[in-house]
Amino acid sequence: MEIKIPAVGESVVEALLARWHKESGAVVRRDDPLCEIETDKITMDIFAEADGRLTVSVPAGTTIKVGTVIGLLEPGTAETAAGQTMAAGTAATMQKTSDPPTSPSVRHVLREKGLEAVQVTGSGPGGRILREDLSGGQIPVVKSEEPPDYHGTTSEANEDRRPDPQPSMGEERVRMSPLRKRIAERLLQARQQTAMLTTFNEVDLASLQALRARYKREGRAVGLLPFFVRAAVEALAAYPAVNARIDGDYIVYHQFCNLGIAVSGEKGLVVPVLKDAGGLALREIDAAIAGFVEKIKTNRLAIADLEGGTFTITNGGTYGSMLSTPIINPPQSGVLGMHAIVDRPVARDGQVAIRPVMYLALSYDHRIIDGREAVGFLKLVKERIEDQTWLDGVQ
Amino acid sequence: MSEQFDLIVIGAGPGGYVAAIRASQLGMKVAVVEKRATLGGVCLNEGCIPSKALLDSSEHFALARDKFAAHGIDIEPPRLNLSAMLARKDDVVKKLTDGVGYLFKKNNITLVSGAARLKGPGADGLQQVEVQRAYHLNFANGDQQPLEAPQTLMASKVLLATGSEPVPLPAIPFDGALVVSAQDALGFERVPEHLVVAGGGYIGLELGSVWRRLGARVTVLEMLPNLLPNMDRQAADTLQRALKKQGIEFKLGVRVSGLRKLGSKGLVQFAAGDDSGELDCDRLLVAIGRRPLLSGLGFEALGGTLLDNGRIAVNADYQTSIVGIYAIGDLIPGPMLAHKASEEGVVCVERMTGQKSAVEYEYIPGVVYTWPEGASVGKTEEQLKQDDIPYKAGKFSFLGNGRARAMDETEGFVKVLAHAETDRILGVHIIGPRASDMIAEAVTAMGFMGTARDLGMMIHAHPTLSEVMKEAALDVHKEAIHG
Repeated sequence: MEIKIPAVGESVVEALLARWHKESGAVVRRDDPLCEIETDKITMDIFAEADGRLTVSVPAGTTIKVGTVIGLLEPGTAETAAGQTMAAGTAATMQKTSDPPTSPSVRHVLREKGLEAVQVTGSGPGGRILREDLSGGQIPVVKSEEPPDYHGTTSEANEDRRPDPQPSMGEERVRMSPLRKRIAERLLQARQQTAMLTTFNEVDLASLQALRARYKREGRAVGLLPFFVRAAVEALAAYPAVNARIDGDYIVYHQFCNLGIAVSGEKGLVVPVLKDAGGLALREIDAAIAGFVEKIKTNRLAIADLEGGTFTITNGGTYGSMLSTPIINPPQSGVLGMHAIVDRPVARDGQVAIRPVMYLALSYDHRIIDGREAVGFLKLVKERIEDQTWLDGVQ
Repeated sequence: MSEQFDLIVIGAGPGGYVAAIRASQLGMKVAVVEKRATLGGVCLNEGCIPSKALLDSSEHFALARDKFAAHGIDIEPPRLNLSAMLARKDDVVKKLTDGVGYLFKKNNITLVSGAARLKGPGADGLQQVEVQRAYHLNFANGDQQPLEAPQTLMASKVLLATGSEPVPLPAIPFDGALVVSAQDALGFERVPEHLVVAGGGYIGLELGSVWRRLGARVTVLEMLPNLLPNMDRQAADTLQRALKKQGIEFKLGVRVSGLRKLGSKGLVQFAAGDDSGELDCDRLLVAIGRRPLLSGLGFEALGGTLLDNGRIAVNADYQTSIVGIYAIGDLIPGPMLAHKASEEGVVCVERMTGQKSAVEYEYIPGVVYTWPEGASVGKTEEQLKQDDIPYKAGKFSFLGNGRARAMDETEGFVKVLAHAETDRILGVHIIGPRASDMIAEAVTAMGFMGTARDLGMMIHAHPTLSEVMKEAALDVHKEAIHG
């Protein structure tokens, strides 16, 4: 059984084989994670489709086209597979004299990351790979000078094969992963191709916090985000331009709200999409978000989870951000930024009161959204959050 | 009664007890089944440790008898108190086996005394291990009581670490008196007149050395044309000459063909090609090899696969052909060495938790504790020639070393073998004083994939024996200073 880079989404043509979770020769069971691939949209694991013995044919750190065969799975039960070729496992660990010199602990980490010593530039004397070269999230993988021969399906992205420039003193050069490169491109694109503007408001969370505390006491706790999703759905219905996109000379209005929720993962930002959020109750939204977080953690997020968003919510408050101007995610036209909840002195009925306050930001494409609509949208979100009586009908 | 664990280790030798401690460190609930009354296996009870205790004691005796005068110490000829020497050895063993018991307690490892038998997976899919014939375990602190037997233990994983047992000569079974194994040879109540050793491997040479130093006539019979067949030839030949000088007699290329008992003595018959002969002796130590200890375990009955040489077949995870059952140490292919078993134990349980650990078999040192000692790591010159690997050899003798001269221990040399093109160290072979400790430097250098130049550039304290290593490494490029 061939192991191929799966077609994960229409726009994905190549992927980086980031690491092998299993070594060549390992006996695997159905649904064991075999390797991790990174595309410009997503990082995901490939799982074994059956019990069997794994043969790796493409080393980790290689960029390959979708559909490329990266290994073989000789089927058989784990029992029979384990019975073959056993000689105390020496072959897998034998070093060739042509391998660059490495220490035992460095070799251990290389195995963990599914890398070969030749793929890593060392910073030690004579290019020796040091243990610290391999620590941290980003692996300083370099493409080998001669790309390995994998059955004629070499990548067209030959830009990666240029010799790496040498770092100057006091610098460290780390190659961007495909995911990071894609994030960088899209952010720049959003800046250059839209007329982006941000408007702000503040929201008093005292009453919402009281409601959430009550839910919690009653044993049916709900996160903060679902309330903002519901409020945004209401506001998008009232201001459809915020939920629209530009397509050439046309404005396309969506009759549904597919709400992207920005989640910062280990490998970078991903934005899974709540499909038809307008049709979801509070607790369904809560469960769906929890599902996304779990999928990201276990590398099981699918491209389908990321496609079709019409509007995005990002919560910088998770990290304590007071105020920021989020960047819209083209072709969407708006993004709602949530921030940290801070006790602030505010004027209430002519008195100074201490209230839990969050600043809200809406970045929008001024080409199709007027200032009046943007301000109105944000004001409606604020009202929905400060007075939740409207929820009675929809939760 | 029955109890459930994450891992059941069968055998508390250097493979099993180390694996159990590492597994416990990694958060597993571990049980160890041991059928001996004490922990530590062959290594601690009747192998590595007691033999070294006797080697050190007998070395002191031989020094006092043969060498003190040259150092200007005049004494009456020393008298041997063999029972005191053996008692000291037993005390060393007891302290160490008790130490393992302490480590088990510290790591919350459940010790189950008795003989284990694999029963295969139960209805819940867990491996079942039946334990019978419990002994009372005599711990120093006495507070970890063995559980009541018989009983069934259950775990998702079982690690076999039962080790090995000595192979008898064909048609000459062990009798514990005239025909003895290494275990018996550690406890002779008096010095034999003539000890005949069948087998010129490290066990035979070490125990032959002990009794030779204490005054026995010792003759070693080896079937092959050379002693220590896996050792570098030059090193083995040097060691043989040194032992011969100490009075050990060798007959190589001979096969023990029979034994005639004459009262408490025996007449060992041997054949060499068309030739044959007889040797009278009062002890015949059989040390021709060891074989995996599987009897009573039920591994084959469950359908477990053995290799042609009788060892258990395992994959890179040390999993046997039966899912959930693992094996390490003398049970599986490779040299039967305590430190190899320990490392496999650690790596095996780390791999169970998903770590990508591996035993790097090319960097396992081997030592023979004669005097001078022999130690080696990596490939021999013979292997390099056979594999057609281009190499350069550097060699330096202890004769040219100041410390060795001061100690009056100038026998032997260090030999460094390096790749002719990359200079990577491929093998290091030492015959000499404290070779067992000196080899560690070579293991470290090779583990870091170092070159002969790396080793030659390391600064070694003066005057030490270790300078011989530096000079041998320099000699690879013919740059030894004192050569």
